[in-house]
Amino acid sequence: MTRRWTLFDTTALTFGFAFLYLPLLVLVVYSFNDSRLLNVWGGFSTRWYVELWNDKVLLTALRNSLGIALFSAAIATFFGTLAALALVRYTRFWGRPLFTGMVYAPMVMPEVVTGLSLLLFFVSINAERGFWTVTLAHTSFTMCYVAVVVQSRLVAFDRTLEEAAQDLGCPPLRTFFTITLPLIAPSVLAGFLLAFTLSLDDVVIASFVTGPGTSTLPIEIFNKARRGLSPEINALSSLILLVVTVAVVTSSLLSKRALIPAR
Amino acid sequence: MSHIPASDSPPDSPSTQIVASAKAGPGTRLVRALVPALPFIWLLIFFLTPFIIVFKMSLSEPATAQPPYVPVIDWSEGLNGLLDALSQFNFENFTLLTDDWLYAASALSSLRIAAISTILLLLVGFPMAYAMAKAPEKHKPLLLMMVILPFWTSFLIRVYAWIGILKPEGLLNMVLQGIGVIDQPLQILNTDTAIFIGVVYSYLPFMVLPLYATLDKLDWTLLEAAQDLGCPPWRAFWQVTVPLALPGIAAGALLCFIPIVGEYVIPELLGGPDSLMIGKTLSDEFFRNRDWPLASAVAVVLLIIVIGPVMIFRELETRRLEKSR
Amino acid sequence: MTNVRTDARKRDSLAIGAVRRDFAPWLDPAAKPLIRYEAVTKQYSDFVAVNNLTLNIYEREFFCLLGPSGCGKTTLMRMLAGFEEPTAGRILLGDQVVSGIPPYRRPVNMMFQSYALFPHMNVEKNIAFGLVQDGVPKNEIADRVAETLRLVQLTPFARRKPDQLSGGQRQRVALARALIKRPKVLLLDEPLGALDKKLRSETQFELMDLQVNLGMTFLVVTHDQEEAMVMADRVAVMDKGTIKQIAPPGQVYEQPASRYVAEFIGDVNIIEGKIAEVGEHQVRVTRSDGAGTLLIDLQNEPVSVGQEVAVALRPEKLVLHRDLPTDTPNVLSGDIWDIGYLGDWTIYLVQLASGQIVRVSRANSRRFVEQPLTWDDKVHITFASEAGVLLTH
Repeated sequence: MTRRWTLFDTTALTFGFAFLYLPLLVLVVYSFNDSRLLNVWGGFSTRWYVELWNDKVLLTALRNSLGIALFSAAIATFFGTLAALALVRYTRFWGRPLFTGMVYAPMVMPEVVTGLSLLLFFVSINAERGFWTVTLAHTSFTMCYVAVVVQSRLVAFDRTLEEAAQDLGCPPLRTFFTITLPLIAPSVLAGFLLAFTLSLDDVVIASFVTGPGTSTLPIEIFNKARRGLSPEINALSSLILLVVTVAVVTSSLLSKRALIPAR
Repeated sequence: MSHIPASDSPPDSPSTQIVASAKAGPGTRLVRALVPALPFIWLLIFFLTPFIIVFKMSLSEPATAQPPYVPVIDWSEGLNGLLDALSQFNFENFTLLTDDWLYAASALSSLRIAAISTILLLLVGFPMAYAMAKAPEKHKPLLLMMVILPFWTSFLIRVYAWIGILKPEGLLNMVLQGIGVIDQPLQILNTDTAIFIGVVYSYLPFMVLPLYATLDKLDWTLLEAAQDLGCPPWRAFWQVTVPLALPGIAAGALLCFIPIVGEYVIPELLGGPDSLMIGKTLSDEFFRNRDWPLASAVAVVLLIIVIGPVMIFRELETRRLEKSR
Repeated sequence: MTNVRTDARKRDSLAIGAVRRDFAPWLDPAAKPLIRYEAVTKQYSDFVAVNNLTLNIYEREFFCLLGPSGCGKTTLMRMLAGFEEPTAGRILLGDQVVSGIPPYRRPVNMMFQSYALFPHMNVEKNIAFGLVQDGVPKNEIADRVAETLRLVQLTPFARRKPDQLSGGQRQRVALARALIKRPKVLLLDEPLGALDKKLRSETQFELMDLQVNLGMTFLVVTHDQEEAMVMADRVAVMDKGTIKQIAPPGQVYEQPASRYVAEFIGDVNIIEGKIAEVGEHQVRVTRSDGAGTLLIDLQNEPVSVGQEVAVALRPEKLVLHRDLPTDTPNVLSGDIWDIGYLGDWTIYLVQLASGQIVRVSRANSRRFVEQPLTWDDKVHITFASEAGVLLTH
């Protein structure tokens, strides 16, 4: 039911959303500023986008980041979904408390600690640091997010659907693939996207576990940002914002359209 | 039974063999065992082992070699190496931590910044979540998406955006000077204020979402009932809304407080040289001073700091899950 | 009372009365049960759901397990489906012990209380699911699905997803999906529980038609006594993991075996007393409230003088009088305490001198009554000696 809407509510939402979105808008506006200086409007220009396009270092870093995100999200989705199944469906097995703890812990672990511990681990097994160490590091923390997302869907899952399938002659394994998996698929996909995004966004863990020669986009952005503002990064950020906005809006429209005929 | 004319082929008589007895095959059992086993093994390797190594490392001696530490346990010697190591554990790093005010100060400062930020987040997030929960049903998905959208955009970029705003020659100072509030540009960037702004900005969705989730489920007729019984709106808010929203408030506060304590990117980009945060201290020990054992000791301290709030959060979550079942 | 659909087209296949009139295999000692529960016990860590229960169900029987929630009726059914294993005892289907056989290998199908329709499959796919599992050829599946859709009158909805159907349609999909494999036994868990009252009474009769026409054995779990009474050949009244009485509905109502059954099925007034004398056909019972004696027909169970008994009286078997009748041995006198007008019936609550409230129902056979009974009127309740049921436990 709806309550009376007051001026206070309007104010809260207006200021809240202004606070959330104005800085991003400023970033986009700056990216078209011909001048390098913040307080001078040098006219509209796309020169920073052109420079960005020619920046081989950034492009390589972008490629690394996308590759790492894709691989780590795929592996994380696999292990995360299994972990969710284990948490929800296996009430008793050896070491379950330890397992549960290990699934949740990485989410609350400070990134610096995760990064440091994984680096020390890779050093101790003499792994060559680079693309794959970052991928494995990302997998190890994103799989926990996948597990939680899939778990929440599995908890709400109506087990009588599986019983109905078995009652009609469907063996357990086939039941999983024909009934359970299709029905939890949206959460598995959501988990994948979350893992992908988290990997693409991570700078701290990647800084620890990467080696010479392999840089990711966040590391590059971070290094430039530490030195102050860079118009090129403004342009890059604007592009990222554009991609994310389009993706999120499209997916929400698609899911809404999928819902409409169901009514 | 034959007197019943069936419209269709009748079922076999009960005396015939009906089913073939069978149990789950060995293949099924293997798959069943692999479901928990695979992620378990993965976590043991990539979570528990590194964690143990950090512990071990925090008790090692620093060295100027590559890697820059002396291993405490010589794995090649097996059990003897382990026993040997136990006899010569080195708590020097932890003594160093307690001796040097820098580490204690950075730990305390992290807690202070996280606590203040969490309160600020509540002050900003609660009115937003409350207004969203009151909004007409048809607008809710849009509002929700508007809160979630920044979460999907890069964290780094959102922190970075504030550099341009908070700089002395940045947008905020330009505007303030333009409307004549101040004469001289304010030094906001590289101060704790900038950290607060950056933290509140970055973590706002994490505060609003759990609050909204609780407030959205609130039965508004309870407030009407309170008013009907003679309770003015403002008191009804404190006596009905807030107690019922308490789980959401607790979840939001812990969800923000815990990661803020270990925050590294925000103090690094927006904070100043004297903004102390333990995550940054750890990184500096590691990257600048290359003191891996000391960095590990700091990591252990950081973990000890966050473990309390984490335990509280877990307790709340299990209680919530039990209730929803 | 119920809104019976007189759909001539549906009745042409079979006259339901012809089948059900003489159907009583449980009276035939030579008849072989299809389902046998033999001393079955199901124990969970903290309570006993089913306690040493023995039960036979015959082929083509419409059998109802009736009881309050938690009485073990669903557990009993789920053990037959294979979702639970008995702790002790055994269950036989035909000649075979079913313990240890997984649910997907058992020749029984279940209609779930929640229907458990697969939300990602349309009606057709849902119904075909069981046949697909058995590897039935595609064209045969198509034929049988089409036939089953016709049977449950869902042909126009074949391509719809479950969430695009009404409650009644979903119920029929669930039914169609469970019976397409022609199971030995169709298990129905609260089949009408989610329907509204009107639809429920229509569907009851449809289910009965279907069961007779398909010649299947139906095992229904329900907590709704009307549902059980209307549909079942036999009803088992359950309480706390045991069966209190197994009998056809009429017998359960008119000859309850115990006070529990009498009170569970329908409304009943219980008058406590002690046997004063035992005659050839009747007994005299001294009322515990000291307000005289009652003359009750003797039933199968032997009683002896001095024994504590309860006399169960159904409200519709009681007659109200303003003036004390002289020609009857059984009179309960009191004041009208409350009146409930239901349209077809009126319920009178009469308070006896002892304070006990007796429920009397009277059919409103006339539209207008000159001097209707009203609150606080002095009334006398009479009943025939055969109306009372002597209950010893």
